[in-house]
Amino acid sequence: MSTYSVSDAAAAPAPRAAVTLSNLSGSYGIGLAASLAWLAFGLSCLYWPDVGDWSRTDSLGIGAIVIAAFVLFGTFGADYLGGPGEALRKRAPWLVALGALFTLWEVATAKFAWLPLPFFPPPQSILEVYTDDLPKLLDSVFASVKLQLGGYIIGATIGFVTGVSIGWSQKAGYWIHPVLRFIGPLPATAWLPIAFFSFPSSWSASTFLIALATGFPVTVLTWSGVASVSSAYYDVARTLGAKPSFLVLKVAIPAALPHVFVGLFMGLGSSFAVLVVAEMIGVKAGLGWYLQWAQGWAAYANMYAALIVMSLLCSGAITLLFRTRDRLLVWQKGVVKW
Amino acid sequence: MVVQSAAEAITYPAVGAELDIEGVSHAFDIDGATLPVLDNVSLAIAPGEFVALLGPSGCGKSTLLRLVAGLERPRAGVLREDETRITGPHPSRVVVFQDPTLFPWRSVWDNVALGLEAQGILKTQRHRVDDAIDLVGLSSFRNAYPHQLSGGMAQRVALARALVNDPKILVLDEPLGKLDSLTRIAMQSEIVALWQRKGFTTLLVTHDVEEALVLANRVIVLSDRPARIKADIAVQRPYPRHRGDPYLAELRKQILGLLGLEATW
Repeated sequence: MSTYSVSDAAAAPAPRAAVTLSNLSGSYGIGLAASLAWLAFGLSCLYWPDVGDWSRTDSLGIGAIVIAAFVLFGTFGADYLGGPGEALRKRAPWLVALGALFTLWEVATAKFAWLPLPFFPPPQSILEVYTDDLPKLLDSVFASVKLQLGGYIIGATIGFVTGVSIGWSQKAGYWIHPVLRFIGPLPATAWLPIAFFSFPSSWSASTFLIALATGFPVTVLTWSGVASVSSAYYDVARTLGAKPSFLVLKVAIPAALPHVFVGLFMGLGSSFAVLVVAEMIGVKAGLGWYLQWAQGWAAYANMYAALIVMSLLCSGAITLLFRTRDRLLVWQKGVVKW
Repeated sequence: MVVQSAAEAITYPAVGAELDIEGVSHAFDIDGATLPVLDNVSLAIAPGEFVALLGPSGCGKSTLLRLVAGLERPRAGVLREDETRITGPHPSRVVVFQDPTLFPWRSVWDNVALGLEAQGILKTQRHRVDDAIDLVGLSSFRNAYPHQLSGGMAQRVALARALVNDPKILVLDEPLGKLDSLTRIAMQSEIVALWQRKGFTTLLVTHDVEEALVLANRVIVLSDRPARIKADIAVQRPYPRHRGDPYLAELRKQILGLLGLEATW
């Protein structure tokens, strides 16, 4: 034990000093490599002729070279740039990898067509989608966000209230629990055919399905959260003069919140799946519909472009949820950082 | 601290309530069988008295406290606070449990504010929260969360959370049972100081004979389950008391004998 702590103490300062020294040469080196990788990407766009007909090759190449220049200045000016300089320094290894990957992608598709062409579009054709098909893409994003948000908020609210009532009231549990067991485990997409003809519009049907997919995990986890609150908390609150409403709102719910957030997270995941399927099958708007539409036209670049947007949106939604949780649950130790 | 004369130590300020336990019996149903825990316990506690309940582990001491707190109703008998029958919990009878049971999602200040908030009087009485936190010496920790506190600090917060309500009866359920011995000794004198200052009636459950003798002016020895009162011993000694006091040592020997542990003396 003592040898461990001694070697630990002796070893700890040494790498620290070494890191600061190597940081100077190392981070400049990595920054330089990042700049070179992006320069390579830009030059690869401009140097060889395209094997197909893409209008954005030159802009992409120039854009990449501009990025390379920014990375270069950022790297050597990092000390004067403060926060952004530090951020760049941290991300430099990723910039190297991305630059190299883009170069490879460019060369393998647009320049030498090593990958079969219509299925693997080059970067410039995806850029082309973002510039030329922007209005349609934005409309789809807006439609998806609106549908998802509406369904998710309804599902999460109903799930939360249901979960609290089952966890709190035996009578509510008696009636709701069997229904929950019967309906809950069914994948929400199984309701698709019924939902689409029984609801007045495909939008309301999809909202219902998203709410259903969200509601089940939120209900179950809120319920288990409320049910697992230690009775000692209630005893304390009661001896201090708490009424039942206080016990629910100020004891049961805050104590259950960590569980609730797990439910909200799971609900978000399953509702994304329902959203995309619903848009592909019934709704005539949204990113799922855009994907389907692009497939119909064999517009593979549009599909990749939409997939990237979709992934950014889903990841953004989860980030938002985790930020909210971190803010509300600061009192918890060791929460996972997303 | 000024040493008080014996006469001063047994006159109490009038803040505390009188507690009357009359013929109380209680039992639990476990797997269909009835397990009696309290058997016809009668005890009259004067306002401002500090009474310790001593008894073997699992004898029903804590059950008696839950009945006093109003968290449960007795199967037979009556409990009264100042002539009023106890039918449920009330902030005039606050319990400090063996575990601090602080709400982990609330800061120290918010934990202490709990009682006033639950009674809907926090808005006008915020200073009482600050006073209670000062009283237990945690002013610089008011914004800390429970996971940042040591065991002793957490138990102090629990004490402040109880005292902020100005209880007439303070119910202590082995509040120092899980603390290390040094913190424990320090907090014993703090509890005595608070009791002397505030004058509430105190009911302490403990299975530490020395703790009972250092703190209480009356020690009730309970029998094995179902608990009956075996002895009612007055501890006529001024505060602060000294652990080495031969009078207390003699009482300790006597009580250990009642608990069937005379051989360990």
